[in-house]
Amino acid sequence: MQYMCLIYAAENAGPKPGTPEFGPFMKGYQDFTDRVKEKGVLVHADALQPVGTATTVTMENGKLETTDGPFAETKEQLGGYYLLDCKDLDEALAYAAQIPSAQHGRVEVRPVVIWD
Amino acid sequence: MLPALQINRAIEQTVREHWGRILAVLIKTTGDIQLAEDVLQDATTIALTHWRDNGIPDSPPAWLIQTARRKALDRFRRNKTFDRLQPQLQHWLTINETDTDELEEDIPDKRLELMFTCCHPSLEQKTQVALTLRTLGGLTTDEIAAAFLDKPATMAQRLARAKTKIKSARVPYQVPDASVLSTRLSSVLAVIYFIFNEGYSATTGRMLTRTDLCEEAIRLARITAALLPDQTEVAGLLALMLLHDSRRFARQTHHGQLVLLQFQNRSLWDKSKIIEGTTLLQKTLKIQRVGPYQIQACISAIHAESTQWEQTDWAQITALYDLLYTMQPTPVIRINQAVATSFTGDLHRALSLLDSVSGDNNMNNYQPYHAARADILIRSGETILAQRSLRKAIDLSFNDVEKEFLQKKLSALQT
Repeated sequence: MQYMCLIYAAENAGPKPGTPEFGPFMKGYQDFTDRVKEKGVLVHADALQPVGTATTVTMENGKLETTDGPFAETKEQLGGYYLLDCKDLDEALAYAAQIPSAQHGRVEVRPVVIWD
Repeated sequence: MLPALQINRAIEQTVREHWGRILAVLIKTTGDIQLAEDVLQDATTIALTHWRDNGIPDSPPAWLIQTARRKALDRFRRNKTFDRLQPQLQHWLTINETDTDELEEDIPDKRLELMFTCCHPSLEQKTQVALTLRTLGGLTTDEIAAAFLDKPATMAQRLARAKTKIKSARVPYQVPDASVLSTRLSSVLAVIYFIFNEGYSATTGRMLTRTDLCEEAIRLARITAALLPDQTEVAGLLALMLLHDSRRFARQTHHGQLVLLQFQNRSLWDKSKIIEGTTLLQKTLKIQRVGPYQIQACISAIHAESTQWEQTDWAQITALYDLLYTMQPTPVIRINQAVATSFTGDLHRALSLLDSVSGDNNMNNYQPYHAARADILIRSGETILAQRSLRKAIDLSFNDVEKEFLQKKLSALQT
């Protein structure tokens, strides 16, 4: 079963580029990605550009509304995701806990719909 | 043909006694809690006519399981997912070829798996408790709603959401690996103890539900202890609940009002529960893997062994609270530790223990904190400060007996 691990964190949280912690942090991501690849669990993964680049659209009564910014103004923003293929929720949760951003943010794990 | 009343009683008894066990097996085969419940319901309805015409089978639980499995197969066949599930179902079809002579002893016990699923950390604790009572306890949704003082519809929704989540997110149906067993077990034990305390703290109308919640918790702990004999905390919790429950008839008046341990008529304590609890505890302590439940059981056992409040071994109880606090440094345990310490005569240490949690935000509105503080201050001769704590404790008290007790203390100080 596929689980979407959505990574949420405040954009000013966690190691910043240029600080000594940033290198090991990014290395943590590289290692995690390698590990899930090696285990054959990884389906797909991406990191997103900062939330300042977001644009939100909606079609209200046939009229296009475009808004500068994300859908919800919350402190924690979606920053990226891992789509993992795991045997059950326990396995998915165990991997999700290893995502480096779980240290300062949170990872929401959601099963993906299977269309019969 | 048997009379309908007798059949009804036989079915009701079988379902009551074996509900959790039967359901656990059906969930294992169908992989779906709701479906398992539905087909067990179907099988119960069929039993009504079948048993009347053909007599009660040798093993009613095995008969119900077999019939429920057939019903599940029927449902799968009607469903378009049947083709995809075909290989899995082949196994059942062969099971169905065999007779229904399966003996009760042959029914695999899947209750532990079910317990770990119901108490999975991906579910809110209240949901864990409700689901455990529904699936393993066989309580109806209405009964569970009553225990939580919830509306039946709200509880039904909560249970339905949980079953959907377990199925859709594929919450595993298994005993966790050794690496996570102890953390996962602690949430199972927390649920069992929660059920017990729900029953224990309901001083009025203890029979909130058809099944007494305290007895249900003890029953669940017995099952868990039998299936996980190496886990000392399971036995510790069972012993703790037995010892607490031994005071069932002494801890409330005929009018259902709470009687504090200090004023209980100890001859009303249930000796057989005390013996069972202490015997189990002694056996468990020998394994030397001590945890918080075992320590709390030890404290309860010391009370159980004292024939009078005045003869309580407070030094030993204090030492146990000291140890418990190192494992679980919570303000509530600190207060108990302080109270026990005060009874050894060391009022100075008792007060400083209380002072160490006085900064905690919740303490200002926590009645036992102020009641304990008042009592220790009275014995220290700090009358003015004691009065202040007593007034606070009286304000925060919901129990009339307790309120009256504190009021008397206050009046005594003022004269």
